[in-house]
Amino acid sequence: MFSTSLTASDLLFMLQGAWVTLQLTAAAMLIGTLSGVLCGLLRAALPRASLPLAWVLDVFRSVPLLIQFVLFNSLKSIAGLDISAFAVGCLVLGIYAAAFCSEIVRSGIQAVPANLRRAARSLGMSYWQDLRFVVLPLATRVAFPGWLNLVLSVMKDTALVMWIGIFELLRTSQSVVTRIQEPLLVLCIAGLIYYLMSLMVAQLGNRLEKRWQEND
Amino acid sequence: MFDYSFHWRIAFKALPDMLNGAWVTLETAALSMLLGTLIALLLTLLRQQQNPLLRGFAETWVSIARNTPSLFQIYILYFGLGAFGLHVSSWLALLAGITFNNAGYLAENFRGGLKAVPDTQMRAARSLGMNAFQAYRLIIVPQLLRIVFHPLSNQMVWAVLMTSLGVIVGLNNDLTGVTQDYNVKTFRTFEYFALAAVLYYLIAKTIVLSARLMAWRLFRY
Repeated sequence: MFSTSLTASDLLFMLQGAWVTLQLTAAAMLIGTLSGVLCGLLRAALPRASLPLAWVLDVFRSVPLLIQFVLFNSLKSIAGLDISAFAVGCLVLGIYAAAFCSEIVRSGIQAVPANLRRAARSLGMSYWQDLRFVVLPLATRVAFPGWLNLVLSVMKDTALVMWIGIFELLRTSQSVVTRIQEPLLVLCIAGLIYYLMSLMVAQLGNRLEKRWQEND
Repeated sequence: MFDYSFHWRIAFKALPDMLNGAWVTLETAALSMLLGTLIALLLTLLRQQQNPLLRGFAETWVSIARNTPSLFQIYILYFGLGAFGLHVSSWLALLAGITFNNAGYLAENFRGGLKAVPDTQMRAARSLGMNAFQAYRLIIVPQLLRIVFHPLSNQMVWAVLMTSLGVIVGLNNDLTGVTQDYNVKTFRTFEYFALAAVLYYLIAKTIVLSARLMAWRLFRY
């Protein structure tokens, strides 16, 4: 009953899938954080004028990621762009992450008391100095837990890229299942890998948060 | 640049079928939310127990639900249960997967909400002669639901978005499933999925709007 035909190379194959998952997460978070911070700053600085931007980003939050993947993938073919499925996955996940990140950044900036900013300005700081030395350090501490949650949720959402044909962790485990016909074992291993990756990211984040709090 | 002619007319012909699919999506999401909320309340209570076995069960549920992809959870219910000879339909696997996921996330929300209800409320209720169940049902849970109403409506939107995963385990009568069916028949991927995206957006906005209306109606003093 406990014999299995799972081989070491199957495991290695799944770990390669996990590596693709991590790469996708990192790339998507890089795109998402950069553009999310930009959009968030814009949203906080000009709440009225950037309202259309908020509507656009809201669309990405209210449409299932799976549909976004399919849409972008077909749009890529329609526009005749010659980019890999991996790039499409990164791009879609990145925009998706940016939509959430902009809200996190905006609420972080709004958590900085307006009087503090006025004080900074009255000390003779310029607008950018105020942003750089007063607002961002404070907003980062407020926004960081939300950002960490976003990393975890993006990592879980990378599982959906299998629909456009990228071999990440879940897709590789599925193909192993197809070969050895032991779904429960293989899927449990895949789940364990996801769980460990989430745990690792959460631990790293908590340690970082602790270190910041020491100086507060 | 675009060497492609859009055929919106055939896509619009599929609209009635897709609307039926949207209804299935909404039903599935609502059902999973209902079950998920009940299970989440139960999990929240279990997590407060002294018994390590019950608490451990609830903690495990919540951490698995929150730390693995929802697609994985649906997968393991659909393919994994087959290993025990239990063959579930793809709809049931989808429903169970989303419910599992919802319950885990909501339990975490409820725990936060429960902290916001003062302990004295419970003591006051008990000293008025209510038993524990009455105190929970009449005093604690109504206040809790008021606090977690916003996360609850958010989770409902999530549930709708998660139902789109059913297509990966072969569901073909929800919105994404119907869309995919038309897609494989005609290969007009962009048109059909754009229409589906619009429908999902409308569903999500309707939920947010009706939640706002409900909050306005329910929570005025």
